[in-house]
Amino acid sequence: MSAKKIYERPIVTKNQAGFMNKFGSSSLVKPKVEIDGVLVKDLVQKWGSPLFVISEKQIRSNQRNALRIFKSRYPKVQFAWSYKTNYLKAVCAVFHSEGSWAEVVSEFEYQKARRLGISGENIIFNGPDKSENALLTAIKENAKIHIDHYDELYKLLEITEANNLKANVAIRVNMDVGVYPKWDRFGFNYENGEAWQALKRIVISKNLNLIGLHTHIGTYMMSADAYKIATNKLVDLAKGLKNNFNINLEYIDLGGGFASHNTLLGQYLPAEEVVPSMDQFADAISSGLIELSGSLDELPTLVLETGRALIDDAGYLISKVIANKRLSTGKRAVIIDAGVNILFTSFWYKHKIHPANETGVHTEDTAIYGPLCMNIDCIRDSIIFPNVKKDDLLVIDYVGAYNVTQWMQFITMRPNVVMIMQDGTVELIRKSEDIDYIEQLEILPSSLKNR
Amino acid sequence: MKTFIVPENIAISDSGFIFLPSTGETFTLNELGKQIFKLLQAKKTIEEISSEILKEYDIDTLTLERDIEDFILRLKSLNLVTQV
Repeated sequence: MSAKKIYERPIVTKNQAGFMNKFGSSSLVKPKVEIDGVLVKDLVQKWGSPLFVISEKQIRSNQRNALRIFKSRYPKVQFAWSYKTNYLKAVCAVFHSEGSWAEVVSEFEYQKARRLGISGENIIFNGPDKSENALLTAIKENAKIHIDHYDELYKLLEITEANNLKANVAIRVNMDVGVYPKWDRFGFNYENGEAWQALKRIVISKNLNLIGLHTHIGTYMMSADAYKIATNKLVDLAKGLKNNFNINLEYIDLGGGFASHNTLLGQYLPAEEVVPSMDQFADAISSGLIELSGSLDELPTLVLETGRALIDDAGYLISKVIANKRLSTGKRAVIIDAGVNILFTSFWYKHKIHPANETGVHTEDTAIYGPLCMNIDCIRDSIIFPNVKKDDLLVIDYVGAYNVTQWMQFITMRPNVVMIMQDGTVELIRKSEDIDYIEQLEILPSSLKNR
Repeated sequence: MKTFIVPENIAISDSGFIFLPSTGETFTLNELGKQIFKLLQAKKTIEEISSEILKEYDIDTLTLERDIEDFILRLKSLNLVTQV
């Protein structure tokens, strides 16, 4: 008897001429067999599924590239790693070893940075909620405190006077940069003069040392011009300080918010085609800073708190197919073992998903759902995807930003996180949770025991 | 025994391209999809179709049963077959 034919499941696809476009769709799904030279199946065999994988090489390459782009346009540049974007110790340590400061927005994040050995003077303390205790520590440790509102300004005056201390401060400024909604809930407003009033109040205080200006105009910004407007407005304030009070600022902090290459829900074209490049953001900012005059010593350092754009493409989520289904409409659905509780960004991104092995050429409009018994657990409601079967592995791209900070323990446990090191070895950087870990903070009242 | 009715006047090419004259819709089948569809047109039962494919392809009974089940569900939703 001759050898049997190789089996490929029967498939029927409706041809939809109306939905064709010149960009095509079949090329969007390519198999991703390995990450940084390590086979996806080997990673899962050792660390289980789902699994977050972070590439040290990619982080370093992103950081060096961004620094080079900005330094080729402005002589003094300092990055500060945005902890909230991804504050796993290993990730922060890679950024710090590339020379980044820490940018924190809570006492918890401040403590994380200090535990990693970052000195106070290399920590930027942002955010609207800084407790008295946190402020006192930050002042004593010479952290750079970015004041968000008047109540905080007066609290700082009170603490520094009572303890006879001097605090290094900047103010956060919000402004109209032509992008809406405006982020006017943080900081002092530029247009109505509030920012200038706050600066004057700081200048006359003997306990507050004004060292910088800060703004953060938004997140996932798709307009580079907005950064030029923001820079111009901060430069205007800096010139005012120089001319009126002869103050040379140490730095001007343009925050972050540069978009990554993730495509937003509702965005038609892929992000690669519509998002400005890092060079365009750098051009916009440096062209605004050129307005500043003075010797190199007098020029303020440009501080950047870029998060997403430096880490998103360094993170992957590997997930396993649990089941294939047909919905009532005839549409195919694939259930995978990673849900929205660990992939928070699926609420606003159309994540790219790849099979981890070669698949047939036939693709079908598919919904990809997570394992939670909740209707909201949808990773992609529509993706042209090849046929995959139970236990196949998938790789979800661009998940390095916000997922391992905003994730939830909900119904399932949060999984292992590994880092593929520069030398190709794989290190566990956060253990998966188990029931003991989850329950260690719970207390069952004795009256409810043994029921 | 399950048998299915395929709409009349349906045209299917050797490459697995289907034209449904009543609606003007077109569909594409892969190799096995084309083979099964032609067997359905020839009024074969699911059992007959399965045994023919099992002889010819390297596949186990349960997987094939599941895939044919899914395929026919899909054909139904596209109005390419109706069950008797």
